[in-house]
Amino acid sequence: MKKLIAWFDERIPLTKTWNIHLAQYPAPKNFNFWYIFGVLATLVLVNQIVTGVWLTMNYVPTAEGAFASVEYIMRDVDWGWLIRYMHSTGASAFFLVVYLPMFRGMMYGSYQKPRELLWIFGMLIFLVLMAEAFMGYLLPWGQMSYWGAQVIISLFGAIPYIGDDLTLWIRGDYVISGATLNRFFALHVIALPLVLVILVFLHIIALHEVGSNNPEGISIKKPKGSVPDAEKPKFEFHERFTKKYDIVDAIPFYPYYIVKDLVGIGIFLAFFCYVLFFAPAMGGFFLEPPNFEAANPLKTPAHIAPVWYFTPFYAILRAVPDKLFGVILMFAAIVFLFLLPWLDRCKVRSIRYRSSIHKVNLAVFTISFVVLGYLGVKPATEIYTLFARIFTFLYFAFFILLWFYSKHEKTKPVPERITK
Amino acid sequence: MNKLLKTCLLAAVSVWSVATLAAGPTVPLDKANVNLHDKESLQRGAQLFMNYCLGCHQMQYQRYNRTFRDLEIPEDIGVANLQFTGEKPGDLITNTMSAKQADAWFGTAAPDLTLVARVRGADWLYTYFRSFYVDESRPFGVNNTVFENVGMPHVLQELQGVPRKTYEARMIDGEMQDVYVGIKTDGSGMLTTEEFDTAMNDLTNFLVYTGEPMMLQQRRIGWYSFGFLLVFTILAWLLKREFFKDVK
Repeated sequence: MKKLIAWFDERIPLTKTWNIHLAQYPAPKNFNFWYIFGVLATLVLVNQIVTGVWLTMNYVPTAEGAFASVEYIMRDVDWGWLIRYMHSTGASAFFLVVYLPMFRGMMYGSYQKPRELLWIFGMLIFLVLMAEAFMGYLLPWGQMSYWGAQVIISLFGAIPYIGDDLTLWIRGDYVISGATLNRFFALHVIALPLVLVILVFLHIIALHEVGSNNPEGISIKKPKGSVPDAEKPKFEFHERFTKKYDIVDAIPFYPYYIVKDLVGIGIFLAFFCYVLFFAPAMGGFFLEPPNFEAANPLKTPAHIAPVWYFTPFYAILRAVPDKLFGVILMFAAIVFLFLLPWLDRCKVRSIRYRSSIHKVNLAVFTISFVVLGYLGVKPATEIYTLFARIFTFLYFAFFILLWFYSKHEKTKPVPERITK
Repeated sequence: MNKLLKTCLLAAVSVWSVATLAAGPTVPLDKANVNLHDKESLQRGAQLFMNYCLGCHQMQYQRYNRTFRDLEIPEDIGVANLQFTGEKPGDLITNTMSAKQADAWFGTAAPDLTLVARVRGADWLYTYFRSFYVDESRPFGVNNTVFENVGMPHVLQELQGVPRKTYEARMIDGEMQDVYVGIKTDGSGMLTTEEFDTAMNDLTNFLVYTGEPMMLQQRRIGWYSFGFLLVFTILAWLLKREFFKDVK
């Protein structure tokens, strides 16, 4: 075995990569619940790719055959239902394990210098994931697939001058048709997953360059020579990390966080399996009832609602009476998230040491996001629209207020070290 | 932080309840008694479907032999009693009415019913079957309280009899008024009201089954997966505890 590894080490940096990224990678020792999602997102990504490959073996990407082929997979393909439900449940799980670490980043200021690019890569993953999910949802060719896509594509039509031509270009037809289905299938199974995997790779490389943040928001890298040997951890870290800095309060990612994450994976999979085996439609939130009816271009469903992970943005879109302005505001809701590293001018990262104003602001933002998500699945009645407008305002107010108060924020003193 | 979290939750819940109250009323539905373990009920439901529904409504994603197997119907008995037009047991449950003909006869194609329970829900179906009533203004002489101006005739009339909306004279605010008290049959059908309700429950049960024929298997595996994950998580936790003794 040793000989074999040596053989590889002479030809490819096998042991070196293992050490830098796992066995001798210093991770802050105070990770809490919120730090499980990187591993979970990786797990779900693998699940989506593997089940996706198996689904394509029996899926028929044509307007005539798509709906029937999904039911063929559900009924006639051995274990096809399991693979399909793993994929459909995985889609919702993916958003959960992307939304939650985004929230973690906001709580602990993980987007702040020097992790701006890490945050940007994460946001790009989120963006590509939304495109991936949107295109994937067309593939079963049910009523909601069809009309949901109709609504979303028509948004591009709101863009002045080029709108109509742009929607035509996206659809490849004057209406959503087999041509649209074919291209969405190609993008969903080849193009976007490739981009996603590359972005995940860049996200991890960027993370391992700057190191993980932690709930205290305190750096584990101290100036070289400033820490007495007695206070240094007894673990060996790769010289890539120790050359320039003294590393404190850290443990190697492998084996410590690997075994800790195994517990998290077990608990996550229990929830995942509950949905998968006992409530795959999740009361209509993961698989919408009208989507069990084949797409019918002549019959508009009474109420078109996107899947839960799009609903906060959908609610923002509908809150605005003007279509173009609504589309702009919806995209702005995501753009503002991208700009977070520069909107937050505070030097203190973690919410634990920040002002009450910031705590309240973040709480209001979180409530707004959840309420907008709820409103997005409801029909746009007068009262709901009013709520949607209030919470849209609060959603954007978070970013604006943050920019103003963060510069001279009254923060609590931050300890020098995680343990002290 | 905990206090903050509690405040957030409370605020979210209060907004939620206001939003829920604002939602409009819906048609009250009767509760169907769905039991996929009750094979006899499923068999009776299949019998009703093949005899009364399949003439117009297909079940084009479901196969005969799969249905026989899941409902514990021996294949020879199934072929002899539930297949009428010479299909092979492995065939999909289809009929020969074309969409064009349906359009001419009913104004619309009869929807496929394989997945109807997943679209409408069991309670909706159970209530719908029992909500036809005589309405001479409609082309087929009947209407439905759950599905207004439905395009199909009351094909189960020979079982239920002629159902009519009935009213009772009641004293309200000192005035006699006719109050709608539900749909009642004239008793000319082959079944009593209770028998008809049971039959409709069987049919609903069967349609729930065809919506997700894998459901029982799915649940069984679900329990196994929980068992595995319980052991896995406990072992992982013990391993984690052992390793984290190093970390101070």
